[in-house]
Amino acid sequence: MTEPLIELRNVTKVYGGGVLSREATVALDDVSLTVQGDTPQIVSVVGESGSGKTTLASLLMGFIAPTSGTVRYRGEDVSKLRGEHMREFRRDVQAVFQDPFSVFNPFYKVDHVLTVPIHKFRLARSKSERTELMESALETVGLRPDETLGRYPHQLSGGQRQRITVARALMLRPRLIVADEPVSMVDASLRATILESLRTVNQTLNVPILYITHDLGTAYHVSDHILVMYRGTIVEAGEVETVINAPKHPYTQLLIDSIPWPDPTRRWGEERVERTEAFSVPDEHGGCRFAQRCPSAMSKCVTAPPPPFLSSPGHAASCYLYADRPELPKEDLSTLLTLAPPEGSSIKAS
Amino acid sequence: MSAPASQASSPTRPPGASPVLSVRDLRVEYSTDSGVVKAVNGISFDLMPGEKLGLVGESGSGKSTVALALMRMIRPPGRISGGQMLLQGKDLVPLPERTMRQMRAREIAMIPQGAMNSLNPVARIEDQIIDTLEDHATERRSKKVLLDLARSALESVGLRREVGRMYPHELSGGMKQRACIAIAVAMRPKVVIADEPTSALDVVVQRQVMDTILRLQDELGVAVILIGHDMGLMAQSVDRLAVMYAGKLAEVSPIREIFAEPLHPYTDLLIDSLPKLEDRGTFRGIPGLPPSLKSLPPGCLFHPRCPKVMDICRQEIPEYLELRPQQFVACHLHEERHDRAAD
Repeated sequence: MTEPLIELRNVTKVYGGGVLSREATVALDDVSLTVQGDTPQIVSVVGESGSGKTTLASLLMGFIAPTSGTVRYRGEDVSKLRGEHMREFRRDVQAVFQDPFSVFNPFYKVDHVLTVPIHKFRLARSKSERTELMESALETVGLRPDETLGRYPHQLSGGQRQRITVARALMLRPRLIVADEPVSMVDASLRATILESLRTVNQTLNVPILYITHDLGTAYHVSDHILVMYRGTIVEAGEVETVINAPKHPYTQLLIDSIPWPDPTRRWGEERVERTEAFSVPDEHGGCRFAQRCPSAMSKCVTAPPPPFLSSPGHAASCYLYADRPELPKEDLSTLLTLAPPEGSSIKAS
Repeated sequence: MSAPASQASSPTRPPGASPVLSVRDLRVEYSTDSGVVKAVNGISFDLMPGEKLGLVGESGSGKSTVALALMRMIRPPGRISGGQMLLQGKDLVPLPERTMRQMRAREIAMIPQGAMNSLNPVARIEDQIIDTLEDHATERRSKKVLLDLARSALESVGLRREVGRMYPHELSGGMKQRACIAIAVAMRPKVVIADEPTSALDVVVQRQVMDTILRLQDELGVAVILIGHDMGLMAQSVDRLAVMYAGKLAEVSPIREIFAEPLHPYTDLLIDSLPKLEDRGTFRGIPGLPPSLKSLPPGCLFHPRCPKVMDICRQEIPEYLELRPQQFVACHLHEERHDRAAD
């Protein structure tokens, strides 16, 4: 197996606990994740606010350093990257952010967002080469260059602006795109076009994408694999089709039950998940973080955090309900998320 | 389109019931340096007592402006430039501000967008509810009575009475949003307008907040106008859906009918662009962009983006018609059929 592109090894991130606040927030708790390069897959990371999904993205992009554990980029510790290596890392890992409004400086034409990286990474030698590069990137995301270049940000819609940021990312020929809630601030009617352009980039340029979202509906549509996070831990992982249609972890079940599907004949899950009073969960415990809200909490759940169990091949859930199934070492969780090459080609056809 | 609209909607009333709110040819304009912007361009609809009506549209389609107009909270340079808003038969448009102030919260209330972030951080929740109760009341009431009302308002949205003693920072996002709903319904209004009440919340909390709103509608008989752009949320919560496009209503139909057989091509595309459980991995966006409200295209406002555009669409504004009972649409595709049916 080749060296992974990016690897999180037992990463924990704690915020706060400083002078003013005594309480520290554990945003990410001992998470290991590997992203292989050169596999054209889209992995979704879903979870509610505070689940640690944006912390995960910031760690992957090297914006923040882990409290413990390491983030490795091609075997090198990201926090120790300097000079040429750092530049390479910055180029290989590209981001698409949530807000298509604040990314642009209103005083510059939108071209600015595209010309700066060309200049910084010396992507073009002449002016005509530069224009060609910008135009082809814009066309890949479905924008017409003559309608886009030379305009100011306020002259474009949120959807167009967001597609320009996707164009900017792909122009650098990255090895990984981290898209943090790229469609949550865009109108529903334009979401489809942005997701489509991400998918196109993924398919035509073989760039893996980490799609971070709280919207299970779009995650289901755009991705091959899915990671469900709850308060800093990965609670479920597997192929998107199986996770959405047959969720195993009680939290994932609650999430999927809450999706308002755009179909009036399919009613919102009526059954209210009530806590069974069979076992009362103490306020403070070192076990499963979902235990307090879990309808099937057991005494086991508060003793130690559950490791991932393979509930079925290629589908893992960190829950003692599946304790009779084989346990999967945390470090191997990522193997569930890697597309085997022969499968990769069949994705679109299915 | 104004005259036919008001005539067309009168037969919608089921026998014996009269609408709690009737909007007729409502127009809102903003004067700007570069001309007049028609944010709401003549819309008409009825809201039955205890009904849940959804109002969807892209950003800039005027849906939030409708909400503000119904509350008579349009600020200059904007103004209500025409039409009627009949709340239980009484037109709100010409009311003096003092009378309107007494109508707000008592008769018609709003949960504004991002309401949960507008709670006063240094006031207890119950005091904020009492503020509303005192401010919009017609007579003075004792502190004890007010406190009781505030606490029962909290209970009506599923919060414990003790929450009243808390400050906003002690509450989670979902609880804050429910506290805002409690403020809106504390005076038992007939109509509540909720402008994207769950847009900042995640799915699990979103469902809890929506359950709260829908339960209130059941228990208090409040009619709800739910504004948003999430068709999924609409499908799960409203009785009828109104689709706005560039300041006009494109279509108003019962929710099941609109999903089963959308009449307007825009509604069709809107529903088609949604992620559905079946056919995973297909994306259909709506090509083009909504028109600038400063320079509207001639004819049907949607014609530049419409896949079924005809010659007539480029010249004539389609009439807003009741094609079938309870199903309204403004589209030339259906006008012909309507005429034929009338013959």
